[in-house]
Amino acid sequence: MAVPVAFFAVFFAYPVSAIVGRGLKTDGVWQFGRIGDVLSRPDILDVLWFTTWQALASTALTLLIALPGAYVFARFDFPGKQVLRAVVTVPFVLPTVVVGTAFLALLGRGGFLDELWGVRLDTTVWAILLAHVFFNYAVVVRTVGGLWSQLDPRQEEAARVLGAGRFAAWRRVTLPALGPAVAAAALMVFLFTFTSFGVVQILGGPAYSTLEVEVYRQTAQLLDLPTAAVLTMVQFVAVGAILALHAVTVRRRERALKLVDPAQTSRRPRGAGQWALLGGVLLTALLLILLPLGVLVERSFDGPEGYGFGYYEALQSAGGTGSTFLVPPLEAVGNSLRYAFVATLIALVVGGLAAAALTRRAGRVVRGFDALLMLPLGVSAVTVGFGFLITLDKPPLDLRTSWILVPLAQALVGVPFVVRTMLPVLRAVDDRLREAAAVLGASPLRAWREVDLPLVRRAVLVAAGFAFAVSLGEFGATVFIARPDNPTLPVAVARLLGRSGELNYGQAMALSTILMLVCAASLLLLERIRTDRSGEF
Amino acid sequence: MSTTKKYASTALAAALGVTVLAGCGGSDDTSARSGASKGSGSKTVTLVTHDSFNASEDVLKQFTKESGYTVQLLKSGDAGAALNQEILTKGSPRGDVFFGVDNTLLSRALDNGLFTAYEAKGLDRVLEGTEQDDKHRVTPVDTGDICVNYDKKFFADKKLAPPRTFEDLLKPAYKNLLVTENAATSSPGLGFLLGTIASRGEDGYQDYWKRLKANGVKVVDGWEQAYNEEFSGSAGGRKAKADRPLVVSYASSPPVEVLYADPQPKEAPTGVSTGTCFRQTEYAGLLKGAKNEAGGKALLDFLISKTFQEDVPLNMFVNPVVKDAKLPEIFTEFGEKVDKPATVAPEKIAANREQWVQSWHSLVVK
Repeated sequence: MAVPVAFFAVFFAYPVSAIVGRGLKTDGVWQFGRIGDVLSRPDILDVLWFTTWQALASTALTLLIALPGAYVFARFDFPGKQVLRAVVTVPFVLPTVVVGTAFLALLGRGGFLDELWGVRLDTTVWAILLAHVFFNYAVVVRTVGGLWSQLDPRQEEAARVLGAGRFAAWRRVTLPALGPAVAAAALMVFLFTFTSFGVVQILGGPAYSTLEVEVYRQTAQLLDLPTAAVLTMVQFVAVGAILALHAVTVRRRERALKLVDPAQTSRRPRGAGQWALLGGVLLTALLLILLPLGVLVERSFDGPEGYGFGYYEALQSAGGTGSTFLVPPLEAVGNSLRYAFVATLIALVVGGLAAAALTRRAGRVVRGFDALLMLPLGVSAVTVGFGFLITLDKPPLDLRTSWILVPLAQALVGVPFVVRTMLPVLRAVDDRLREAAAVLGASPLRAWREVDLPLVRRAVLVAAGFAFAVSLGEFGATVFIARPDNPTLPVAVARLLGRSGELNYGQAMALSTILMLVCAASLLLLERIRTDRSGEF
Repeated sequence: MSTTKKYASTALAAALGVTVLAGCGGSDDTSARSGASKGSGSKTVTLVTHDSFNASEDVLKQFTKESGYTVQLLKSGDAGAALNQEILTKGSPRGDVFFGVDNTLLSRALDNGLFTAYEAKGLDRVLEGTEQDDKHRVTPVDTGDICVNYDKKFFADKKLAPPRTFEDLLKPAYKNLLVTENAATSSPGLGFLLGTIASRGEDGYQDYWKRLKANGVKVVDGWEQAYNEEFSGSAGGRKAKADRPLVVSYASSPPVEVLYADPQPKEAPTGVSTGTCFRQTEYAGLLKGAKNEAGGKALLDFLISKTFQEDVPLNMFVNPVVKDAKLPEIFTEFGEKVDKPATVAPEKIAANREQWVQSWHSLVVK
């Protein structure tokens, strides 16, 4: 408990409160009147309204499209399942600049839909919503699917034997068990879309603005700290309200479940209905996720002299230009992986401890802490980044120019994932198992190792995958933490896109493709990790 | 709760493990140690700048050879964000010299007292009009022009003359052809808005934008999107089947198109409407509270030396600011000379920018 609390106090609460304080204080006196001033501006109210409703709509749409996917991934075996699971997570790590490009290619002028039906969706809300589904599909599939694959199908079968219909059995047995995971996934998707930044800017055009965009503008561009501080507080309140709602709906439902090994619960689909479901899900994934990714890959090979590896070769020689602009792509891959590795470790340690502490205890303090852990998802990167600047500037913590700041900032975003994916599983572990182990003389650590670990191992891997992916694709913190000599992949992509010329554009696409591959490969590796199987059950 | 104590100790051990590992992870990162070696006699001088800064390694090595100082770069976001971070950390700066404040932001930097005055060696060689501060708190380093670019092929196919001036852009012949950037978030977008203000006056610019909107101007958020996705003359735009042959970009964009095409074409695929330009000048200054003032002064001298100035165009695609620097061939051959760019005085920009951008936003975007 102490470690996560300290981590959050130093790297989140302190910087954010410092920057908000600077905006709301003049000569040490709080100016709360400013809150009213800002909130009575019609343009700010517009932004607030748009932010809220697009996030709600995006969340609903994501759940609608991704829950069948979660089921299919949990219950069916089909060839290429592992690869596909990794691939649907790829969008999560792509820089929004790149995703925006892909979506414009599909939804915009001369795009896929335009060719087929003459439909153009760019600069409409639909483009924003679809892109949000694209980004967050994996969140639902992984968090819900992770738990679903461990639910014992025999419980549902028992209900059927006792005379319940297929649907009733699902509603009474499976749905309540899944509730917490679905709610957690919905919460994360909501927070992500609520604080959406790049997607809204690129696909919506300047006419649409979210709170996050507005905070960035007020802080980074206009240096209007009072307005930014008020908006940050509005974000806090909104996120807080959502968390409270989540707590109320979920707490009552979390209870011990009988978890089984996922390998036992998935099988080949049987019958026409199941095959149709599988087909439908695969088709959705294909259209929604593989198509935009495919566009990027296609463009990376589409050189001036037809298809070829021209841009990739150009990337290879990038290091030889003798300027500070680019590094060889392998080096950028190395940087990205290093940062991601460290960020994942930090997130797993902090998040794992927090989740363990939250399982063991109940009470208000703990619940408050649980909510606190989610807050970084609802606070803009620019607020945290600028907060770092004005707080971490004195020894022993003069970290402003240190590389460790990057993984730390990324871990802030990774921790909530770790907690959210591990908590439902940890809470589902039956306490009596632990007690039995203790009675048989196991030390608490040994009991944890023998009882909890085998059960949560899958959740840990899922969580690690998320933390890793978040870090790989993270762009906000990396921008504020200035280390031009070792750029990560997303930073290198953004640098290339920021220049005119065919080679630069092509290389940006090639580098994005490499980023996708690195991400998919890392996630596949994580899927494959099999620790010692002492916990077979 | 003895269990939690056990947890805490395991946790602490794990956390320590992480920090040790983290140390290993970055052990090949030599600059991680630079923070510890910034004493007064330090041999490192730190240049804080924006993401677009770029220089040849050889040129930076030459500075080290001449002065004995090694340059360490810190980049932090776009020009506006980088400057604002410096303002926030005023008094305990992250570096010694800041480069990249342009004439649209200059007053903000000066009013905040970011810089220590220093007259760089060789300052007498800079172009007229680029020096904006008689106290020498900032030193001009480069100039660039924000102008409308046109897609040559489109206008040739249509047998239509490309627009030349702000006035031309209102003609029905160019309806629905121009894409520009959000003046609130993008520096070329802001530059173009300021250009229209310089040309039409503070009373006339709103009317101009009303008519431009009626003539079908499209506004997107940033330069990348405008240029790579919407503009039919760029490589990205050709792939995206873009349909806007006019874009707000830089006077240096055509030579860059040539430079990064393989094989190099005989002429640039794009041209510049030279009557639509707004001049940007970028400045550098010695940060107040710099740990290495001597190094910072040496670096400022170097930034306007012939060596660095001639290295600027091909790295940052802007023009040198000193008279004796030669432009690279690709610029003289494929670029266009802008004779009369529009300008607006920095203090006027500082006083009115927000109000201008606000009214532009409600006129054009909403």
